[in-house]
Amino acid sequence: MANTLKINKIENFLYGKAPSVVRCGREVEIGAGQVIPEINFTLPMMTIDDKNWCEVIKQYEEIIDGVLKRAVRLEVPQLLVEFETLPEMTNRPQWGLEITRLLADKMDRCYRDYGLKSALRLTINDVREFNRPPLMRSGKYWGNLCGILEGSAEAGADLIAIESTGGKEIGDEALVNCDVGASIFALGVLGARDMEFLWNHITDYCNRTGVVPSGDSACGFANTAMVLAEQNMIPRVFAAIVRVISVPRSLVAIRQGAKGPTKDCAYEGPYLKAIAGVPISMEGKSAACAHLSPVGNVSQAVCDCWSNESTQNIRMLSANAPTVSMEQLAYDCRLMNVAASEGIESIIRLRDWLSESDSPLDPQAYVLKPEIVLEISERIIAQDNPYEQSLEAARSATEVLKRDSREGKVKIKENELKWLDMIEQQLETLPEDEEQLIEQMLQRPEFRGKFLPAEYGI
Amino acid sequence: MADMKDLADAIIKGDMKTAVEVTKKALDEGVEPQKVLNDGLVAGMGVIGKRFKANEVYIPEVLIAARAMKSAMEVLEPKLTEAGVEPVGKALIGTVQGDLHDIGKNLVIMMLKGNGFEVVDAGVDVSPDAFVEKARSSGAKLIGLSALLTTTMPAMEKTIQALRNAGVEAKIMIGGAPITQAYSDKIQADGYAPDAASAVDLAMDLVVA
Ligand code: B1M
Repeated sequence: MANTLKINKIENFLYGKAPSVVRCGREVEIGAGQVIPEINFTLPMMTIDDKNWCEVIKQYEEIIDGVLKRAVRLEVPQLLVEFETLPEMTNRPQWGLEITRLLADKMDRCYRDYGLKSALRLTINDVREFNRPPLMRSGKYWGNLCGILEGSAEAGADLIAIESTGGKEIGDEALVNCDVGASIFALGVLGARDMEFLWNHITDYCNRTGVVPSGDSACGFANTAMVLAEQNMIPRVFAAIVRVISVPRSLVAIRQGAKGPTKDCAYEGPYLKAIAGVPISMEGKSAACAHLSPVGNVSQAVCDCWSNESTQNIRMLSANAPTVSMEQLAYDCRLMNVAASEGIESIIRLRDWLSESDSPLDPQAYVLKPEIVLEISERIIAQDNPYEQSLEAARSATEVLKRDSREGKVKIKENELKWLDMIEQQLETLPEDEEQLIEQMLQRPEFRGKFLPAEYGI
Repeated sequence: MADMKDLADAIIKGDMKTAVEVTKKALDEGVEPQKVLNDGLVAGMGVIGKRFKANEVYIPEVLIAARAMKSAMEVLEPKLTEAGVEPVGKALIGTVQGDLHDIGKNLVIMMLKGNGFEVVDAGVDVSPDAFVEKARSSGAKLIGLSALLTTTMPAMEKTIQALRNAGVEAKIMIGGAPITQAYSDKIQADGYAPDAASAVDLAMDLVVA
């Protein structure tokens, strides 16, 4: 990847507009000027098995009918629908593909009958860790994952995404111990190596079939950190730094050919947009149905698609929850697009309001502030490989948080300030050379048996 | 004279070396193992636990204290066994079938251990049959089930039924983001805890009371 940012000026870092536009599905254009709602949904409490399968299908039918009807009623100009498989639907690929087909058919009909432009993103859930330690490149679960991937074009998917979990074997432990070296190892070494293998495979399939390889997410790392910080388990500053460390890993997918929009739960998206120019999907306040976060507005500031992350199909007073989410997203996007139609000053004003309303209040929001994203991205891409980039990501995020909390630009709780010093000290002990870090990590008794080095080409 | 306050302080600071030294010294001086446990180790962990609940410290600090306690326990445990002192309780905790989310479960385990429970970690994606088998082989008095997906919640009910049908009498507690007290009542679990700290209180109520 070139060592210059695709977006290097703050006045060009805008919502709805990305240097590389993605065209897909039924006349959908992402990053071409409009913010597009991305609706996601899941099942209510129920078992997925042979006996219940008809009921599962009925649920998805009810969901998509409600969502599409609402989108038509609110004159949504373009819509992205995300279907995230649940483990049973990946482990029996024909199940996941059957639902994909059902959704695609309904979206086709809606396009024909009402002109609703739409695209279907199929997000495959990573089942490889059903084996512990996981087999990343072979075995039954890898086979299942490939099975659903390979049927996706025929089933009507327009885009493919995955929330891959390579390196999480170490990531979990790293998070609860606030171990920055182990986090870098999990994301920048193991995660990055797995992404290279996995996304090579995905883009190879996409090149053969025309499905768009969209993106991955460091959800299992950085969102786990965010949820842990929300529960006061770990300091927010650590969660903020892990978010930035996750950037180089997610960039690997793009280097292998992913085109965006990046996954909604990948809050590292603004970095990916600045560095690689791909359009991004983001989630925040309208995803409170899925999990709480301190970044509800700032996450929207430079998005190209705007998502609700997920909601289960349960009845609310007005309608079922996915239909409710559809309405919320439609209005969010309508506002942004009307502002955009008034010209660049309006986009910038709204972007800055979104950013300023969150970023001084929490370090996790601060590292998503567009100006800070550009500053840190510049430093990340000056490095050569994912390990060095992850190390630099951690260093620069720590430095920026220390500097700007001193200047009163970001509020950091008293008992968190010492953590910034502790993280800085940990960073000073890390080697510049990846091989040395690998050597150190392989020696650590607590990691022995947790992952299989050969599965990562180590 | 070995001072139990020094031992508690060593635990609070996570000072493994001092914790082990003071424990050894106390035992050599003939202090009762039960006193070393209660007034030193458990007292120290109690302080850390309170600070954690008050949001003064974070999990990594609790973990450091727990590791110091573990090292001291290695010295103390044989003496406790000799004196016939039992752990607070034995628990078996796992994530139910089809579900791989385990950070929450791991935190519950850690907090239980820090409060004197002996815990068997059943792992993730644990089938009802496997729970029954592990319940029998471990003889746990408390079984904990964790689930994070709406589609794996029903596996909790199946597991509880399987345990009851197999005649396992242990108390059962459940937890995880989508779980509620109402659901716990519905599937006849003995209790529900919304977070790791309250899981310890619940476990104490269920096992010790
Ligand atoms: C025994 O007694 C007790 C007592 C208390 C107990 C207890 C037991 N267990 C827990 N507690 C309680 O104490 C703990 C500490 O205070 C608390 O534990 P928690 O686990 O709640 O809290 C943890 C400390 C931190 N919380 C977490 O770690 C979970 C956070 C969220 C964002 C989440 C994460 C991080 C992950 N995920 Co998952 N994930 C989500 C989560 C969103 C949410 N709202 O929870 C949820 C649960 N995931 C979801 C999904 C869909 C999925 N996930 C998946 C995977 C993953 C990751 C691997 C990426 C990662 C897991 C990391 C890990 N090691 O566990 C997939 C399924 C994997 C599987 N087979 O299980 C996948 C299917 C995604 C995909 N398509 O790949 C959604 C559920 C949808 C549904 N139908 O229910 C989800 C709500 C996110 C969303 N909004 O879409 C309490 O609940």
